[in-house]
Amino acid sequence: MLDIKNLHAAVEGNAILKGINLTVKPGEVHAIMGPNGSGKSSLASVLAGRESYEVTEGSVDFLGKDLLDMSPEVRAREGLFLAFQYPVEIPGVSNINFLKTAVNEIRAYHGQPPMQAKAFLDMLKSKQKLMEFDANLMNRSLNEGFSGGEKKRNDIFQMAMLEPKLAIMDETDSGLDIDALRIVSAGVNKLRSKDNAFIMITHYQRLLEYIVPDFVHVLYNGRIVKSGTKELALELEEKGYDWLKEDIRLEEPVQ
Amino acid sequence: MTTVTRNISFNEALPALFSAQFSANGWFDGREAALKQFLALGGIPTVKTEDWKYTNVVSFFKNDLQVTLPEVPEVTAAQLEATGLILPDTFRLVLVNGVLQPHLSQLPPASQVTISKLSEAGSQPAVELYFNQSPRIGEHHFAQLNSALFNDGLFIEVKAKAQVELPVQIIHLYAAGQARLFNPRHLVVVNEGAALQIVESAAGIGLADKVVINSVMESVVAERAQFSQYQLQTGGNNLRTINQNLVEQKGKSVYNNYTFTLTESEFVRNNLNISLDEERTETHMYGFYIAAGGQLIDNHTSVDHRMPNCESNELYRGVLMDKSTGVFNGKIYVHEDAQKTNAFQQNNNLVISPEATIFTKPQLEIFADDVKCSHGCTIGQVSEDALFYLRARGIGEAEARNLLVKAFAFDITAKVNIPAVRKQVEQLASQYLNA
Repeated sequence: MLDIKNLHAAVEGNAILKGINLTVKPGEVHAIMGPNGSGKSSLASVLAGRESYEVTEGSVDFLGKDLLDMSPEVRAREGLFLAFQYPVEIPGVSNINFLKTAVNEIRAYHGQPPMQAKAFLDMLKSKQKLMEFDANLMNRSLNEGFSGGEKKRNDIFQMAMLEPKLAIMDETDSGLDIDALRIVSAGVNKLRSKDNAFIMITHYQRLLEYIVPDFVHVLYNGRIVKSGTKELALELEEKGYDWLKEDIRLEEPVQ
Repeated sequence: MTTVTRNISFNEALPALFSAQFSANGWFDGREAALKQFLALGGIPTVKTEDWKYTNVVSFFKNDLQVTLPEVPEVTAAQLEATGLILPDTFRLVLVNGVLQPHLSQLPPASQVTISKLSEAGSQPAVELYFNQSPRIGEHHFAQLNSALFNDGLFIEVKAKAQVELPVQIIHLYAAGQARLFNPRHLVVVNEGAALQIVESAAGIGLADKVVINSVMESVVAERAQFSQYQLQTGGNNLRTINQNLVEQKGKSVYNNYTFTLTESEFVRNNLNISLDEERTETHMYGFYIAAGGQLIDNHTSVDHRMPNCESNELYRGVLMDKSTGVFNGKIYVHEDAQKTNAFQQNNNLVISPEATIFTKPQLEIFADDVKCSHGCTIGQVSEDALFYLRARGIGEAEARNLLVKAFAFDITAKVNIPAVRKQVEQLASQYLNA
């Protein structure tokens, strides 16, 4: 589904990603962990197409197409979804109108007619129920005045509506209390299937107790320095990242 | 001699043009004094005049501009219909070149509202009391020019306690075979405890050349009365508009002004002056403008808080595209007696193109010590973060920008209480943004 090869990226000339290799297959959940500043969120931004990031080397294949060649909206229409670390508040754009526009633009891209109002509302209701999303928030402006937890839940609700093939969740657990974390995780688990895949970016092992990953990768200094199964996350929780940094320092040539 | 000849300035040509037809026109005897005051102010203002610093109108007033009392050609119902301006569920007053056309109009009940041509209202007590009496009228070059040259207009008086159920739409149509100056003049009096909403629209009918509309409306909102004025400035590209609204509010009255400038016309200047003459008044001023191409849209507003316990609230927003220019100047004067004033003012601008310009100046002058006032202005672009968020959900860049600009206007369109007006504004805004 996703094949990242030797990906290098920079912001304002500063190298942030320095050779990422990662393959994600349908049905898999990958967790990416790592200390602050290691490049986790940058990877999410590069994959979603944020324009401030410049890809300097490498390639990303998404469902057989060159992802890096696409605008952010085309990536979304092809089935990529980014759950934001900080979902944006947009006063004056109603949640419901926004979702309808998004759903119909994605449909138009795939040559489908716009959704009828009734069908859209039915879908909205069933997904609200599935995601335990407060219907009162639907008629409000997009994320305006939402609590941190409500914003994250809104992002996951959007994910349920847009039915992406690959979802990248950028620190979705940060700022969530334990109840919200449980609801968000339950939502993600309900959306998991053999056809879609998830990349979860997180600091903490806690989220991975709720959404159990197939693979765990440690990102450090712009590269994946260690990959393993969910046990790796437990080891990191126990020992922190310092032991990895030690290992890497020993491996790298003295400059 | 009826036109401004080449190589002679408007100011020099005016006395001769004036004496030809205007000096003895109708019941108003202040024309000559107004002409003198206009010339004493310096005539047509240049960019050396502070209030016209960014707005150069001198070129509009030369080279064969016709300055006469206008003819009033026949306009048919079909022509009116074709303007697309007619709003549903309203009373309607249609004016051609400033003159009321009863056969195209649907008047509100005479038991509630007196409506007549201003030219025929000279003996009305309200005209005697209020006509040409607005406090700041003497400062305005173009209001003085209008007082000297106006041909006709509307006199509207709402009887005390009358609640006019439907909005009154006023459609100003202008027809001329060559470049000319129009000076329509109106007086609106909303008496004690009455309520009135008006919606103004304007359009040219087969204009062969650019015309200048120098319009003045004086309004008086009496004690406990409510008056809402919507201006839908959507007229076509041959209108150059200088529009003056002078409003006086009496005790406990409410006045709302909504000015939407969504037009192809190259130039619009609005002057809105509100004088709060008695206590406990409430005033709301909302403006929204989109400027594109080489347009210049200029809004000058002022509020005089003269008495205690009054509240005024102003929000103007604009979108500047292409090589357009926007000007906003908002003055709030809190006079010495106006304790416990609440006055708020805000002007926000989205400058979408690198070649567009906005000059914005919020001004507050306070001479009382127990007041609550705030003012501010912002100039910015569409938020890149918001744009990315929408695009990351599959919404194309153009549509995403459109959504964000609509959202920017939303705080103002949401205040519109007449659904048909709101719909028209939203449609026009989309149309201009997508052009």
